[in-house]
Amino acid sequence: MMKNRGLSILKRCFCSGNSIKPKICVVGGGPAGFYAAQHLAKKLENSQIDIMERLPVPFGLVRFGVAPDHPEVKNVIHTFTKTAESPNVNFYGNISLGKDISLEDLKQFYHIIILTYGAEQNKKLDIPGVNLKNVLPARNIVGWYNGVPSDKNLNINLNCETVAIIGQGNVAIDVARILLTPIDELKKTDITQHSLNQLSQSKIKKIVLIGRRGPLQAAFTIKELREMLKLKNCLTLWKNEDFETIETPIVEKLARPKKRITELMLKSVQEQKIINNEAKIFNPVFLRSPLEILGDNQVEKIVLGVNKLTGNDLLTQTATLTDQIETLDCDLVISSIGYKSIQADPNIPFDLNKGIIKNTKGKIDAGLYTSGWLGTGPVGVILSTMSNAFAVTEQIIEDIPKDNLLKNPKPGFEGARKILDQKNVQLVTWKDWAKIDKYEISLGEKAGKPREKIVDIEQMLKIASS
Amino acid sequence: MALNVLRRTSKFGRLLGFTSPAVKNNMRILSVGQPALSKKEVEVTFIKANGDEIKAKGKVGDSLLDVVVNNNLDLDGFGACEGTLTCSTCHLILSPENYNSLPNKPSEEELDMLDLAYDLCDTSRLGCQIILEDNLDGLKVKVPATVNDARS
Repeated sequence: MMKNRGLSILKRCFCSGNSIKPKICVVGGGPAGFYAAQHLAKKLENSQIDIMERLPVPFGLVRFGVAPDHPEVKNVIHTFTKTAESPNVNFYGNISLGKDISLEDLKQFYHIIILTYGAEQNKKLDIPGVNLKNVLPARNIVGWYNGVPSDKNLNINLNCETVAIIGQGNVAIDVARILLTPIDELKKTDITQHSLNQLSQSKIKKIVLIGRRGPLQAAFTIKELREMLKLKNCLTLWKNEDFETIETPIVEKLARPKKRITELMLKSVQEQKIINNEAKIFNPVFLRSPLEILGDNQVEKIVLGVNKLTGNDLLTQTATLTDQIETLDCDLVISSIGYKSIQADPNIPFDLNKGIIKNTKGKIDAGLYTSGWLGTGPVGVILSTMSNAFAVTEQIIEDIPKDNLLKNPKPGFEGARKILDQKNVQLVTWKDWAKIDKYEISLGEKAGKPREKIVDIEQMLKIASS
Repeated sequence: MALNVLRRTSKFGRLLGFTSPAVKNNMRILSVGQPALSKKEVEVTFIKANGDEIKAKGKVGDSLLDVVVNNNLDLDGFGACEGTLTCSTCHLILSPENYNSLPNKPSEEELDMLDLAYDLCDTSRLGCQIILEDNLDGLKVKVPATVNDARS
């Protein structure tokens, strides 16, 4: 303990170099923001860290992305709550960067700004027919069942038999699983009531999960696949020909993670048979690219181009279209081809092609940083976001003396507050969130759910100010 | 001293602070079985990526994640999902001898999570799945760099 205390005093002297209290603003209250705040609060004990979040509620994709039937993943909220309740951390919800406050304002008030507002837009499927009814981005469906306020009125028709999902990442699998899970299982989760009502009327029998490349390049992870294979009243069916070239010597040479997931797929391919006509069907297909969606007003079928793989390295082979095509009858098309970020403020150096902030290992400019999906692109699990946030905050700690970031005292949130007051922005503090949290949990209790999320921003703000 | 008190408070915060039913249901059971006092203690050493060693005591029946949590060890981000086999932030690397001597082999679900870990190797395990026993007294485990940044 003596050693630790000595070390922290040393750190304090080393990091600030003077008595100026570092004022740090984290923009975005999701995992990247909370992990960055956690690390900084520990390493820079004399700093003040303010987390600003656009919505009145915290936790970003842990609340709005993690599937409702994965409550364990949300346990990380306990750690985030501890961070928010640390003496040198404050949370302020309902503040929108670029609208309520500008990046230039924040630079005036804070020594260090970390942009962690994530990747909220979806990459658009760019083929004819995407504007037909019942062609929807996976992002909006996730938002609809997870309570994103802007997705509450999603116009989705589940009175249909076959669904085509474009993309094979974990978001695609999550959506497939939620659409195929027996309603009695979903009822016990914190899934939104409006989506539950519609899902209980769903006529979906079959979901086709379409990937451009082959099984060796599939993006879903093994846990998500195993869940599909174990899903109640659902059969996973594969196309044997997709696996013809994947022979034992190839599998043996793969690194362990790829090897295990490939073996799991091969085992499932061997065991597949229709034993129960009542069961729903999950059908991953490979080597197909969507070319066109057809239908009269509402989607009726999707035209798929058949791909072949080219390239020497098996795992990084790319898909090339052949002139072969096929069509698939379907009533709902869901595109799940990735997320991208938005440029929240015109002064953020932004790479429009990649949909991320221009940065070098998280650094944008002196005193300006990014972490999480906004800086790295939308890939990886919570571990990756955590490691990235810790690495960026370590960089910040090194840069404080190097870039002389603490030249003058800065007002921190007191400066921001003046601007926000002028604009009549209702601030949602951590205590206010606690009221919303309590309200949601008690509402959930009545329905036998762990939580019933409030999906209306006005209502959130009303509860917060009660 | 101040730091000590702070740490102790945050530890109890973790154990007692959350009282909502939803959170309670999700909370890990920290110890099961015999009364705590009668359990034997064993010593474990966590070797951080920068070479620092942290020694801590745990009771027979505790998991290595319990040891980290109960002793409030300085391992940032360790155990994000609180032992529910849905993340790999409690990834640890064992010596081949220790790895082979463990009675419970990793389940498919544990291996699935380990497959997402950085620096995965043949003797990787998740700390939440390693349960302390008498014969593990003196156990040494490596904490991979990405759980606790090498530069810290």
